[in-house]
Amino acid sequence: MNSTGTAVLASAQPPRKLWLDHVQEWLTTVDHKRIGLMYIGYALIFLVVAGVEALLMRIQLSAPDNHFLSPEVFNCMFTMHGTTMVFFVGMPILFGFGNYLVPLMIGARDMAFPRLNAFSFWISAFGGLLLYFSFLGGSGLYGAGSAPDVGWFAYAPLTAKLFSPGHSTDYWTLSILLSGIGSVGTALNLIVTIFTMRCKGMTMTRLPLLCWLYVVTSWLTFLALGPLTAAQIMLCLDRFAGSHFFDVQAGGSAVLWMHFFWIFGHPEVYILVLPAFAFANEIIPVFSRKPIFGYPAMVAASVLIGFISLGVWAHHMFTVGLGPEGNAFFTLATMIVSVPTGIKIFNWLATIWGGKIRFATPMLFSIGFLFQFLIAGLTGIMLSVAPFDWQLGNSYFVVAHFHYVLVGAILYMIFAAFYYWYPKMFGRMLSEKLGKWHFWLFTFGFHLTFDTMHIPGLLGMPRRVFTYPADRGWAMLNQIETVGGFIQAIALLLFVWNMIQSYRTGKEAGPDPWDAWTLEWATSSPPPHYNFAVDPVVHSRRPLWDRKHPESPDTHYE
Amino acid sequence: MSTQAVALKASTEEWRLPDKGKVGIACLIVAESAIFIIFVLAYVFYMGKSLSGPTPAQVLSVPIVGTICLLSSSLTVHFAVVSLEKNRIALSNAWLALTILLGGIFLGGTAIEWRKLIVDDGLTIRTNLFGTTYYSLVGLHASHVVVGLILLISVLLFGLAGKLDQSHARRLDVLSYYWHFVDAVWVVVFTVVYILGR
Repeated sequence: MNSTGTAVLASAQPPRKLWLDHVQEWLTTVDHKRIGLMYIGYALIFLVVAGVEALLMRIQLSAPDNHFLSPEVFNCMFTMHGTTMVFFVGMPILFGFGNYLVPLMIGARDMAFPRLNAFSFWISAFGGLLLYFSFLGGSGLYGAGSAPDVGWFAYAPLTAKLFSPGHSTDYWTLSILLSGIGSVGTALNLIVTIFTMRCKGMTMTRLPLLCWLYVVTSWLTFLALGPLTAAQIMLCLDRFAGSHFFDVQAGGSAVLWMHFFWIFGHPEVYILVLPAFAFANEIIPVFSRKPIFGYPAMVAASVLIGFISLGVWAHHMFTVGLGPEGNAFFTLATMIVSVPTGIKIFNWLATIWGGKIRFATPMLFSIGFLFQFLIAGLTGIMLSVAPFDWQLGNSYFVVAHFHYVLVGAILYMIFAAFYYWYPKMFGRMLSEKLGKWHFWLFTFGFHLTFDTMHIPGLLGMPRRVFTYPADRGWAMLNQIETVGGFIQAIALLLFVWNMIQSYRTGKEAGPDPWDAWTLEWATSSPPPHYNFAVDPVVHSRRPLWDRKHPESPDTHYE
Repeated sequence: MSTQAVALKASTEEWRLPDKGKVGIACLIVAESAIFIIFVLAYVFYMGKSLSGPTPAQVLSVPIVGTICLLSSSLTVHFAVVSLEKNRIALSNAWLALTILLGGIFLGGTAIEWRKLIVDDGLTIRTNLFGTTYYSLVGLHASHVVVGLILLISVLLFGLAGKLDQSHARRLDVLSYYWHFVDAVWVVVFTVVYILGR
């Protein structure tokens, strides 16, 4: 059939697409919105998987001398939970939102390198599959379980061939190597997009703060994932080629692995938390009906974090013994990081101050984030003091601290982002009623679990023990944590139900349901393939405000 | 009144953005540098800590010819870009071919050096910490040279097939940045391995 004939047919009645056509479209897409959604969907699947692993561990710990999980399986569970949450939930979900939002917010039609974008996604996805394939193909069953069981930071010499026979550790290191390549690819793409594809009039000082934060996150991704990749290459060489990087018997150093891992590991925390800050920067002003307070200070604080956080890694290693100079330096550096983060908290508070606050679900999660991030920061400062850390390092206090950051701050802002941008992505509002149930139930469960978790840590309960004797007095506290864990799981199910139900029956969102100010709300929901029919031109940080209020545009005040 | 002024200003002012390729390659260089820094650190950290021989002083000799070739190839690739910008395709092809030749000599030098180390001196990646760090650092750099050569050769093939013109100068420029980076890394590796480490 010739092409005009096809065109006539198509205009008369668009043919129904086979499901295979849809699959083919998604598999071969280079559209930043679809890749973003695939990142997010893939991360949500892994969130459920890693969440189930967490619940299994909570069941095991809910009673003393429990034998629900064997010690070997427990080792696999905490390794897989940590690795999955960091590399296959946190990174992809944040890169997914970045992919989806950045081009829309800067008024571009796609990312700078769409094919690199697709490549990055698929190689990360393959890394995740490889990690979980270890359950089947790990053949590392010599009594050590088939999944990786070396902990998410995989200290040497436990990872040596001698102590981790079989292939489970190989799957771990290769999957992280692959996902690292994908992360660097996406980070590169984000920076190039933001620097070179801004619409007319969008100078760097008018750039939405979300994009600024993604620049800093991407910068940290280069500098943190590089060392991780290097360390994984060394581990691969040790395991496959018989080299001696971390082989103590040949004069190698186990502490060197720690340094290399944490040079990645600490900036990684900021790679994960900066996008959470980015969401807060967009959501809090819209629901306070005020522009963000202190835009330049926010940018400066973010850039400062991007540098200071590179020099604090050894606070994960106080218990190794760094000597007085090392301890003093890393204690001080760690405390200094809290200055720019403090600036951010005060700016958010000042944004809310005197605003006309709307307590919609995104704002509820943002306020939860503010409180919980503050507490997480305070326990962080406690742990930055070396002598305090000697006492509580590797205890449940540390576990409680970083879950406060990862769940209480980052996951809360991810939830907020879902409620805020879901209408843009699918054209329908999420149910506010279910959203409020989700928020209150999750908050209750979160505090039950993670507030309580500090106490067994203070009482001396070490992390990563598969069980504990009854006479320690930890049983009741652990039981409470487990109950809280299940309440969070129920809240999460509500959220999943909300997303499915709202996709079918949710209220029509329209292009701009929140009366917001950034460019993604200037196009239809969901946006067309090309994002903007006409390239937008902006004159201030809030282009949609200018359009809605021509009598008093921001250009008068910036 | 003032909105109009602003709008007028925005429409007359020229909107210029940085070049995609250049920003991209700069990002790649930052990320790659982070990887190399860790390998260099490992090399420096394990200097003189091998429990058995052979030591660098016993077996390494300074690869002067290879180094000169690799460093001068930075100049030749630059000339290739300049010629292409002026649309002098044949000249550009010649400079590219020379660059590839120089890079090839460098790789050949490394191959001869490794053969000597492995066969004559019995130093492999398993022998001691020196072998471990030496082969991985020099090997990582050499693998970057290989990637660069593959890219340069494909450009040369396009050039010989007559598919190259002035409009591609920008892309060759980006590739030349990568090549300069590989050279700069060699300066560091050379200093650490053949001067400080010996």
